[in-house]
Amino acid sequence: MERHFDEQLQELKNHLMKMSAMAEIMIADAVKTVVERDADAVSPVYEREEIVNQMEMEIDETCLKLIALHQPTACDLRFLMGAVKTNAELERLADEAVNIVQKASHLLGMPQLKPFEIIPEMATIARGMVRDSLRAFVNRNVTLARDVLKRDDRLDALKSQIAIILTDFMKTETASIPSAIDLLFISRYLERIGDHATNISEITIFVVEGIDIRHHADEKRSLQRPFAAAE
Amino acid sequence: MTTDTVISVSDLDLFYGAFHALKGVTVNVKKQQITALIGPSGCGKSTLLRTLNRMNDLIPGVKVTGSILLDGKNIYAAGNDVCALRKRVGMVFQRPNPFPLSIYDNVAFGLRVAGMTNRQQIESIVERSMKSAWLWDQLKGKLNEPALSLPLDQQQRLCVARLLAVEPDVILMDEPCSALDPIATARIEELMLELKKAYTIMIVTHNMQQAARISDFSGYMLLGEMIEFDQTARIFTTPQDTRTQDYISGRYG
Repeated sequence: MERHFDEQLQELKNHLMKMSAMAEIMIADAVKTVVERDADAVSPVYEREEIVNQMEMEIDETCLKLIALHQPTACDLRFLMGAVKTNAELERLADEAVNIVQKASHLLGMPQLKPFEIIPEMATIARGMVRDSLRAFVNRNVTLARDVLKRDDRLDALKSQIAIILTDFMKTETASIPSAIDLLFISRYLERIGDHATNISEITIFVVEGIDIRHHADEKRSLQRPFAAAE
Repeated sequence: MTTDTVISVSDLDLFYGAFHALKGVTVNVKKQQITALIGPSGCGKSTLLRTLNRMNDLIPGVKVTGSILLDGKNIYAAGNDVCALRKRVGMVFQRPNPFPLSIYDNVAFGLRVAGMTNRQQIESIVERSMKSAWLWDQLKGKLNEPALSLPLDQQQRLCVARLLAVEPDVILMDEPCSALDPIATARIEELMLELKKAYTIMIVTHNMQQAARISDFSGYMLLGEMIEFDQTARIFTTPQDTRTQDYISGRYG
């Protein structure tokens, strides 16, 4: 039986996709400021942040209404709970793009440091993770969600790699320490974007399969549950 | 069968003549828990409920195979006292059905049928039963008034009090709130949650939110089969069978 409710859920998915696309552009622009030293890319990031913040509130309101009015159960309930959490993850990863652009603005006033092709590589991976985690969420694609989880390891490895390079660099080029620290932060923000995409992928697996894999929860079932007494 | 199981239904088949109404149903009803049966009309949930105190015996052409154990004893065994069974496993129906007697006589009815004559004893049990059904404070001054003059939810709770008087172990409820408004429904639901401290309750309901709110275990039935039986929280969040999911999320049909 076709449900009117399904149309409303589809509309919610479309809104989340739009928000994700917006966040992706923000990451691209923020990294463009770092890599290409393009000052024109700065203000669109702030403008889009405003829009993303509005979207977050609208999506929360939509979810609240759908829960209150339809009293969803089972897969619908898991989806709506997942949508609320994904919404928050998207807003926070968009904030990371703002953090990047803030550091990038600072970097614009200093001489460019050379060997940091790792940053664009991290950005490409992080954007791909964001895009695919959202695709996996709206299409209930757990294979894609699990693939995103795997990519996070590469992002973590690159962040460690750039930290080593920058630390070495700072030992010899002390005048460049402020720039190097900014870049270190930027790599950290990109890595966190990957963490948010990872969270969205974990949410997707819960929505589709009903299994909570966060913090390896599926392997720790037998451990004591802190709130068990209250249940 | 574990020690906290009161009723254990195994491989139960029931035929109304040629119609196969229950197909291989297996389910354990836990002590002092509320178990809800949900499913579309005609799925067999009321039939299953009615087998638990042999109400279906009253319908001609009924054939039952499989076993239903109440505290380990087969209730369909030859020579079983059906009246004694119905005293232990009482039923509340969809429409409140008090007898056309006074409030007091309704609650005392089962005791008198069972041969109790001691007036003081009867009075004390009537009071206790009416207190348990949250009727005593409102009705203690009008015990001689006709039961049928009460509002529907008080009539329904009077039926519960009438049942409690004979000290059952299990209370079966067949859509007990379908004739009641939301406030009266809430009162019955609260009463059920209170009663489960002492009794085992099984309820058939078309109101899925009601099953979700009050039951500990839920069974989804379809075309005479028990499709899925599990803890209610699990049925309503992560059902294992897509047929259960389609039904509780309103996709069925």
